[in-house]
Formats: sequence, structure tokens, C-alpha cells
Amino acid sequence: MTSADLDLVKSNTDALMQRKQLVAFAFPAVILVYFIYVFFAFDIAGLAKRANWDNAVTLASDSWSYKVHVTRSNRTGEIEYAVEGERKGRYPDGQRPDWVSGQDITTIDLGSDTIVRLLSDNRTEVDVPSFGLIEAQAEGRQITTNLGGQIPDWISASDRRVAITTPEGRITITGSKTEVFNYFPGWELFWFTFESPYHGYGLGQILFGDRIDPARGNIQGAVYDWWNNAMWRHNEVAWAIGETILMAFLGTFGAAIIALPLSFMAAKRFAPIMLVRAATRRLFDFVRGVDALIWTVVLARAFGPGPLTGSLAILITDTGTFGKIFSEALENVDEKQIEGVNSTGAKPLQRYRFGVIPQLVPILLAQILYFLESNTRSATIIGAITGGGIGLMLTQAIQTQKDWEEVAYYIILVVVMVMFMDSVSGWLRGRLIGRKD
Amino acid sequence: MTDAASPHPAGVIEIQSHYMAQVQRRRLYSGLTLLIFVILMVAGFNIADARNAGGFWDGVLNIGDYPAEVISEAWEKRADLPGLIARFFPALIETINIAAVSTIIGASAGLILSLLSTRGLARWPVLIPLFRRTMDIMRAVPEIVIALVLIFVLGGGPVPAMIAIAIHSAGALGKMFSEVAENADLKSVEGLSSTGATWLQKMWLSVLPQVAPNYLSYTLLRFEINIRASAILGFVGAGGLGYELRNAMAWGPGRFDEAAAIFILLFGTIVLFDQISSRYRNRLTEGQNG
Repeated sequence: MTSADLDLVKSNTDALMQRKQLVAFAFPAVILVYFIYVFFAFDIAGLAKRANWDNAVTLASDSWSYKVHVTRSNRTGEIEYAVEGERKGRYPDGQRPDWVSGQDITTIDLGSDTIVRLLSDNRTEVDVPSFGLIEAQAEGRQITTNLGGQIPDWISASDRRVAITTPEGRITITGSKTEVFNYFPGWELFWFTFESPYHGYGLGQILFGDRIDPARGNIQGAVYDWWNNAMWRHNEVAWAIGETILMAFLGTFGAAIIALPLSFMAAKRFAPIMLVRAATRRLFDFVRGVDALIWTVVLARAFGPGPLTGSLAILITDTGTFGKIFSEALENVDEKQIEGVNSTGAKPLQRYRFGVIPQLVPILLAQILYFLESNTRSATIIGAITGGGIGLMLTQAIQTQKDWEEVAYYIILVVVMVMFMDSVSGWLRGRLIGRKD
Repeated sequence: MTDAASPHPAGVIEIQSHYMAQVQRRRLYSGLTLLIFVILMVAGFNIADARNAGGFWDGVLNIGDYPAEVISEAWEKRADLPGLIARFFPALIETINIAAVSTIIGASAGLILSLLSTRGLARWPVLIPLFRRTMDIMRAVPEIVIALVLIFVLGGGPVPAMIAIAIHSAGALGKMFSEVAENADLKSVEGLSSTGATWLQKMWLSVLPQVAPNYLSYTLLRFEINIRASAILGFVGAGGLGYELRNAMAWGPGRFDEAAAIFILLFGTIVLFDQISSRYRNRLTEGQNG
């Protein structure tokens, strides 16, 4: 190597290094500039103002705890006990939680010596150990309290409404009612509502104990009551999950069944006519490009909300995707196997059956099963738009903005469902193709 | 061939009968599988049909009604169409921005997660299962769940959608990245180890250059998917084109020209980015083979 050559190589290397250096600095710089642009385009600075952190706190605490409402009507003096204040969670007549006592004066023990007393004449006493005794009385629409000018920030008081928030519970007093909320961890009434005779019994007692409901066997009755639990609606949830999986199943396999014959028409080797090939390919591009969102919107107009609409939306979109993948796989089929089958004197159909299909099946199955899992997720989202399955229940629960424990329950179910479908499709792939990846 | 006198020795016949029995058994099994599959499809279709608000056979005839209405109204007002497209263009930009930012963030997080959860490369091999499960969960949560919860806390707009899609992308890309990284050649890593390089230096100088083309290709594919996702999330209140579409839809007849303009924008964008990304992906993978 002469020195001139060496110089050339050296200068080339220098140029290359310089270009690489430039790229190494330019690439992050471009991204940084883009992020700065997005920072303003998305108004991230204003986000902190718009965000509602109280909502976040409610969400975080409500999703793993429940509250029992003790409500006194300040008109009739009647006291009601209900889980989450819902009609379905109301304590039966004559029953009340064990932290409530007293006849004329109802004493509510919120724990840590925080005590609320509901007295006659719509008077309410709240005893907070670190603060003292708060007295309030409702007369008509007017509330009078013993609170002076110095009110701590966990109390908000006006002459119409008094709200006291302590770590043990919350008390609100208005002219019409006095409400006490007592918080507990867990998901109350998850197994049985108060209407069920099995409420309050443990698993051991139900399985091995005496017959609780004379009319029914223990296990049968307990399963029935749990399944028809009005608060948590287990049977509806199960149906909804079934619907979502059904949408994914019908959509994925329906798309595969339709796309397979069409993909032959889009592959160069099997469709010699250019026009047919181009037309099929454009059809695939079109249905893929329109996207599941628009298909859902269009189909919901024709079929109404429900799982069928969701399945068809997935089916149509995925026909395009599968068509593209399948026809690419068809193009890459190895000619040698077909020739081999041909040399035994096979007819064209037999050539396809024994020369082409065995090469295709592993690729197709792997793709279909992969899409089955990812479509379970799509079906959840499409369900939220078109009204079907667990996606709809989840959206509704979030939009009511109070049943966060239900939201948490549904989210867990959705994650478990997707992971379940993931492992089912992985298992099937392993069984059918013979290797696991 | 040496035993030409007896063309069918007993052994061969036995083998043949065994083979035929095996073939028959296999045919029976695949026939049964097919039968179960067909029953599942038909039953599933019937259940879906029964639980749907409108039946399949009624709906199939009306399937063209809505598109026809939209197209005819848009055609009547075709003079307004360019103006409407210009009006909704900012919403389109927002949808693309959501997809782009979430893809960049998701890919960066996925890159880190993938290197941390690949055998042979992980910084803390003990924690590999932890990072894998994290990615599994990030992948399993549908974007809409995170988006809706965040909309409740942060209010409507692009940020909840961006975070939701970024989380999902990180999980999905992390898994694909880690499959690629598993096949990376470890010799250069060992070479760097011998010079006393830190973990970061090893990843940056020896693993990343090997996996970069594949990573980029997967990231582009994810960007394509994320454009669709960001349009869908707009429909539940996360801003962008989907949000405009829902509003236009809610107005019903009379505003179909707006719906048509949004359809056109969305379709055009998806097709455009599909084409661009598939071209670049081809180039990336070809460059690697060549």
C-alpha cells in the first residue's frame, strides 16, 4: 500500500467519522427540538392547572377501599345504612353495622376515638380527639355550628353546608340530611349482598357447615347468589368478557378465512394477470387504510351496537392485513418442494395441497394466533366505541366517576383476559407448529 | 432392490399398515379439529348476532346506506370540502404528534427495558423476570384503559392519549427488541469487557450498532399502529382527529360533509404513513442482508 493510498483511506475515514459525529449530534438535537415543539403544542405547562389531583386521590383510595354511608334524613329523622350509599348495598331493616350503637342517641364510632353522635332535633356532635367537640344543628335549610372564626382546612363550613374530613371518615351536614362516611379497605359485598342468606359466612361454613338456606343446598345456593350478585353483577361481567373474546375470535378467524383465497389472487406466482393482482392488492390497502375506527362507525350504523358490529369491524380491517401478509408469504414459497411434488405426477390441486400449503401453514398460523391476542385488546377498545363487551362496562364505570372499585376490578379482569389469550395463543402455536418462540 | 424375488416382505407390509393407520388417525384428528372449529365459528356468530342490537341479515342490506348518505351529502357540498380539510388539519397534526411522541418515548423505554431483560446483556440478571413481567403488564393493558383513567385525572386532551400509547408501546416494543437482542453477537461485548468498559458503554458501543436496523424497523411499524391508536383514543375524548370525528358524527345529517372530510384525512394519513414506513423498513432489512 503506497502512502497515497493510505492518505486516501485516511481522508475517507475522516469524512465518515465526521458524518457519523454529525448524525450522532443532529439526531438527538432534532428530537429535542421536536419535544420542545410538542411541549408547547400539547400545552404541558397548562396541564398542571387543568389536572384535578383530588380526582387522583379519590381514584387511588376508592379503588381499594369502600365506604359505608350512615344517612339521617333531617326531615323524618330516619337513619339508613348502605354500602357505598347504593340501594343495592342497603342494610336490611333492623340491622346495622356493629360500629353503630345507641337507641335515642345514635353513636357512630369511626375509629381512633373519632365519634359522631346523631342527637335529637337534628343535632350532630362530632368528637375529634385532636381538635375537640364540633356541634352542629340543622334547622330548615340553615346550619348552625359552634365553630368560631378559626376553621382548620379539613373543615368547610357555611350556613348551608358543613363538611368535615378526617382520616377516619367524612361527615357532611346539610339542611336535608346528615351523612357519615366510614371507610374500610377491601371490596365490600364482592361475594354476597345483604339480601343473600350467605352474607357473613365464611367459605368453610358454606362448604362444610349446616344448611344455611333451608330451600337450597349450600354450594348451589351460594354459587347462585354470588353469580347473581346485584352489586358486582358477576354474570354480566362474565358475559361481557365472553363477548369481547368472541369478537376477537370471530374477527380474527373470519378475516383469515376470507383473506386466504384472496391472497392467492394478490401473489405474483399464482395470479399471472397483472390487473387482478393490482386490484386485489388495492382492495387490501383500502380496507386496511380505512381503519377499524371508521369501520366501527360505519358498521354501527347498519347493525346497531353490539358484539356483531365489533367482530365485523375487526374482520374487515384484518382481512386487509392478513391478505397482505399471506400474499407476501405466498411469494416467498420455495419452488423446490412444488417441483418435487410435481415430479410424482401430481395434479395442480395436489401440488397446492402438498407443495404449497405445508410451507404456508406455520407462517399463517403464527400470524393468526398473534393477531388473536392483539385483537382481544382491539375488541376491548372497539367495544367501548360500539357498545359491547367488557370495554363498554369499563367505559361506563369510568364515566360514572364513582365506582372506582368496579373500575379497578374490570381493569384487572381485562389484563388477566389479555394475558390469558396471550398464553392460549402461545400454547396453540407451540402445539400446532411445534416450536415455541 | 437386492431382494427382487419378494417385492413385499412382511416388514414392509407391517410398516405400510402402520403408516396408513397413522395417516387415518391424523386425518380423523384434523377432521375433528376442523369440525370443532366450524361449530365454534357458527355458534359464535349466532351468539354475536343474537346479542347485537340489529341482526346481521337486516344490517347487511343497509351497510351501504350510511356511506352513501355521507358521500352524497359531501358531494353536494363538495365546494366546502377543501375548506373543511384545512379546518381539520390541525387536529390531524395533533393525532400524528400524539403517535410520534408516544412512539419515541415508548421506543426509548422499550430499549432500556429490553436490554435489562435479555439474558447475557442484563445489568442485573436477577431482576430479568421482574422487567419481563413489567413489560407483559404494560403490553396487556389496553390503551383505552389508561387513557380514560388519565382523562379523569388530567382532563381531556392529547397528554392522556400520549401516555397511554407510550406505555403500551414500551411493553410491545420491549418484547420485540429483547427477541432481537437475544440474537446479538456477544463477542464484541466480551471484547469491550476486556477493556474495562462499563455496562452503558458496552450496550452503546457493541449491542446497539448490531440491533439498530431491526429496532428502527420495529419502531416504524409501531408508529404506523400508533397513528391508528391515537385516532381511536380521540374518539373517547383524547383530542385529535378522533374527537372531531365523534363531534361530527353526533351532529348527524347536515354535518356529514365534516365527517367525510375527516374520513378523507384519516384514510390519507394512514395510507401515506403505511407506504413511507414500509418503504423504509424494506430498506433497513435489505441493507442488513446485503
